[in-house]
Amino acid sequence: METSFTPIQALLGGSLIGSAAVALMALHGRVAGMTGILTGVVLPKGDWDWRLAFLLGAIMAPILILVLTGTSLPLQAELPAWAIVLGGLLVGVGVTFGGGCTSGHGVCGIARLSARSVVATLTFMATTFVTVFVVRHVLGGF
Amino acid sequence: MLRVVSAAAIGLVFGIGIVVSGMANPAKVLNVFDVFGTWDPSLLVVMGSALVVTFVGYRFVLQRPAPTFDRKFHLPTKHDLDVPLIAGSALFGIGWGIAGFCPGGAIPALGSGQPSPLIFVAAMIGGIFSANALKAVLARREALA
Repeated sequence: METSFTPIQALLGGSLIGSAAVALMALHGRVAGMTGILTGVVLPKGDWDWRLAFLLGAIMAPILILVLTGTSLPLQAELPAWAIVLGGLLVGVGVTFGGGCTSGHGVCGIARLSARSVVATLTFMATTFVTVFVVRHVLGGF
Repeated sequence: MLRVVSAAAIGLVFGIGIVVSGMANPAKVLNVFDVFGTWDPSLLVVMGSALVVTFVGYRFVLQRPAPTFDRKFHLPTKHDLDVPLIAGSALFGIGWGIAGFCPGGAIPALGSGQPSPLIFVAAMIGGIFSANALKAVLARREALA
């Protein structure tokens, strides 16, 4: 499905994501990785309160935008439910063994010049690229 | 109290960044990888700008002795490029390529009230539970060996 290149929104949104990552380190001393934050809520070991607050804040974002601007979140995921479940399971297992995802490794880890994060990011970007190619151009979609 | 409220505010800013940039929309996210089809490089700009802001911000923040609400910075301590890192990241990419959601995109998308992020997050939490259980078994076996 076609989507248009939106550099201004991308730049603005990316800067907000980066600002949140800097603020979480400055105030809480934590990496803004969604995998680690979520895991600390569903499998709590000690401090889960700030993590749950972070998740709830993030979930509120589309609701706040809807209330303020009247625009609802465009969400195009025309997939059968089994594909979403399969994708979710693979992501959950993968980020647990890989120790992070796009936010933790891709943004925060690379910003710390962590070799692990650079390797992780190159690896998942490569397998995502191959998967998208196979699904869309070899299998012809789900 | 201020500690928890500030975490919610930071989560909100993160979520607004994800929503504004389009990263809660699977079609838009997957199009960055579809160079031979409906290519949309927006995600590269999102990651690039987030990375620049974080890189510069961390230089200043990590020079301080401690964060505001904690006694120390909690930074990852592992340095080895091991099999779980690479195999796990590879699996993550396959799942991301299938569903179009990554964890950071899916959590804010929950607020849309639509079913697909809910199904995805439930399955992802199932994957996190299974993988942590498996990790515990592997660690126990290693401790015995």
